[in-house]
Amino acid sequence: MQQILLFLIKNKTGLVFIVLMTVALGLTFNAHTYHNSKFISSANFITGNVLGTSESVSQYFDLKTQNEILSEENKTLRNILYNSKSVQDSLPNDLEFIEDSLYRVQKSTVISNNYDKIDNFLLIEGGLKDSIKQDLGVISSKGVVGIIQDVSQNFSRVISILNTNTSINAKLKKTFHFGTLTWDGKDPNVMKLVDVPRSAPVKKGDTISTGGRSLVFPENIPIGIIDEFELDENVGYYSISVRLFNDMTNLKHIYVIENTKQDEAFELLNQEQP
Amino acid sequence: MKTYLINIIRFIVLVLVQVLILSHFEIFGYINPYIYPLLIILLPFNIGSVQKLFLAFALGIFIDFFEDSGGIHAAATLTIAYIRPILLRNAFGLSYDNQTLKFYDAPFKSRLVYVTLMIFIHHSVLFLLEIFSFNHLIYLIEKIIYSSIFSILLSIITLNLIRKNSK
Repeated sequence: MQQILLFLIKNKTGLVFIVLMTVALGLTFNAHTYHNSKFISSANFITGNVLGTSESVSQYFDLKTQNEILSEENKTLRNILYNSKSVQDSLPNDLEFIEDSLYRVQKSTVISNNYDKIDNFLLIEGGLKDSIKQDLGVISSKGVVGIIQDVSQNFSRVISILNTNTSINAKLKKTFHFGTLTWDGKDPNVMKLVDVPRSAPVKKGDTISTGGRSLVFPENIPIGIIDEFELDENVGYYSISVRLFNDMTNLKHIYVIENTKQDEAFELLNQEQP
Repeated sequence: MKTYLINIIRFIVLVLVQVLILSHFEIFGYINPYIYPLLIILLPFNIGSVQKLFLAFALGIFIDFFEDSGGIHAAATLTIAYIRPILLRNAFGLSYDNQTLKFYDAPFKSRLVYVTLMIFIHHSVLFLLEIFSFNHLIYLIEKIIYSSIFSILLSIITLNLIRKNSK
């Protein structure tokens, strides 16, 4: 017994090192798998407030660009509004319509944003007290941003589409051929669309948008255009480079989309599994 | 007591500078300088080794919280804290063994070697864990080398600035 103690005391540096290193590596491995990376998260009181304060100062330097982005979005929305035929009938009493709708949209702002790593996250304003939950979709005016992964009282952490663990259901806007959108960790403006079948008429410049198969995002949110593509002859699937509409390096005003039937759908899906 | 205070202030200042300013640097798109290892570099040379390891872990985990990066910074900072004595002996030689060493009294060359080794090893562990696959080997090596160069430059500049102010 004494010898064990002596041994421990003699090697205490090495032992402390090993213990702490194990903890650090454990957290690292956890962070590399999507659903478990919740131990170390910036959605907590201290980091949220520090980053939030810093953001509230620095946002003034970016006001002009952000205003332009917002008015650009307003222009697009107005274009849609004035050109849609059903608008006269639905405007007066659409409150009822909104109450019952499938998707509920909330606004939020980005507090911190990463895009230079392999696995990137964003921290956004709003948490449990704004009824933001896990697995809600996040978009900006120009396209998809990510999915809410972790929520605290006042802040939420979003797993960015620029993360090697994300995969989002996407389709060719014209033809409804589905594929999976992933990121290879290199260029923050380019993502990869894989698993598009050989039969799809892929053309450079075509638009890619979200497919309706996900319970997170509504259908037809634009993502980007086809930059390059390659047909893997062995497998018979296309591998497509998609240039994003969204400038992921410059995000400020974003929207959180809640699919109000999501819980119900998840429940049903879980029931099916044995 | 004074040493404790200095190191606590350094801890806070370095973490804030890192997460509020330096982490927003995107030199050539993907290079991020990290200067918070300066805390470990500048620790008193006779500090207890267990104390040093816990401090390194705390520093790393704080950065991890802000950057949402799991435990990679903690692991990298722990590594340099653990192997610091070996590097000190290599860089400063006899004066370290005799316990007479003061950081700023050492010749510039020794200091440069010491800081370079510490930062380079820190960055190697950091990016290896961050990228976590050998599929991106070239990207990994590029990132280690370029980021190290910027971090070492910034660290040397910072070290000289601190020195001038305290005199």
